[in-house]
Amino acid sequence: MPIQLHRIDDRLVHGQVVVGWGQPLDIRFLILVDDAVASSDWEKDLYRMAVPPEMEIHFFDVATAIREHARFAADPRPGILLTGDIDSMQRLVTGVTAIGSVNLGGIHHRAGRSQFRRYVYLTPDEEAALHRLEASGIEVTAQDVPAARAVPLSEMLAEKETR
Amino acid sequence: MSDAAPAGAAGRAIVVGHGGFAEGLISAVAQISGMGDRLIGLSNTGMTPADIESAIRSHLTAAGARVIFTDLPSGSATIAARRVMRGAPGVVLVSGVNLATLLDFVFTSCPTPTEAARAAADRGRASLIVVEPT
Repeated sequence: MPIQLHRIDDRLVHGQVVVGWGQPLDIRFLILVDDAVASSDWEKDLYRMAVPPEMEIHFFDVATAIREHARFAADPRPGILLTGDIDSMQRLVTGVTAIGSVNLGGIHHRAGRSQFRRYVYLTPDEEAALHRLEASGIEVTAQDVPAARAVPLSEMLAEKETR
Repeated sequence: MSDAAPAGAAGRAIVVGHGGFAEGLISAVAQISGMGDRLIGLSNTGMTPADIESAIRSHLTAAGARVIFTDLPSGSATIAARRVMRGAPGVVLVSGVNLATLLDFVFTSCPTPTEAARAAADRGRASLIVVEPT
């Protein structure tokens, strides 16, 4: 079974991931791809304690995740791969051609970002990065929880323009 | 930060959770006990991890609180609270809070926040029951 979701979410491990997606998809492992977290034992312990006992969590920097991706993609158990930002996902998909879709799950407000969804705010540079991701053949959709509709990137960006 | 409570029993506490969780629980505590002002609610809705952490820190300081209650062990509020605790010795976290937990806390006679938090967690845990069909 392939990795169920390649998700960009600035909260990384949190309720929507562990419970919202984790329970209906019976997720058995998380792959947290973040250069800063992967280099800090304290950060890894923090996220490890947030994961229920039936779920594994693995930590990688982007370069290592590129090398390890095929091993997890071949795992028969369902899993979710997380990055905390667009840049990390962009670097990952550059090195892993097997990734066909990316989920925008949570990119929250900060200065310089505009709102596209209740849970998606982007700077112009981030918009451009997502356009490049899509142009490279990756399907990009916004969807915070499984019960919500997956909104295609072009639709999401167009709706903002009419606001 | 010491473990001594600022005033009376265990002082005040912050309640952090998803959506209107904190506000709803505090409203229920106020209705039952009249002591909702012992609790300060905070929603994580729409906030970045850094925003949640910053808001918890400022609420703790403003209220002189030493106890943080969060809704979900795997939630972003719990992660943020644990980051706050790293730089705030004496602050205690209870995750998985429910109404019975908070009611015990506002009525506590425990002398320290840590003891009050432990007792409240025990009461909350014990309040979960299953009444099976007969």
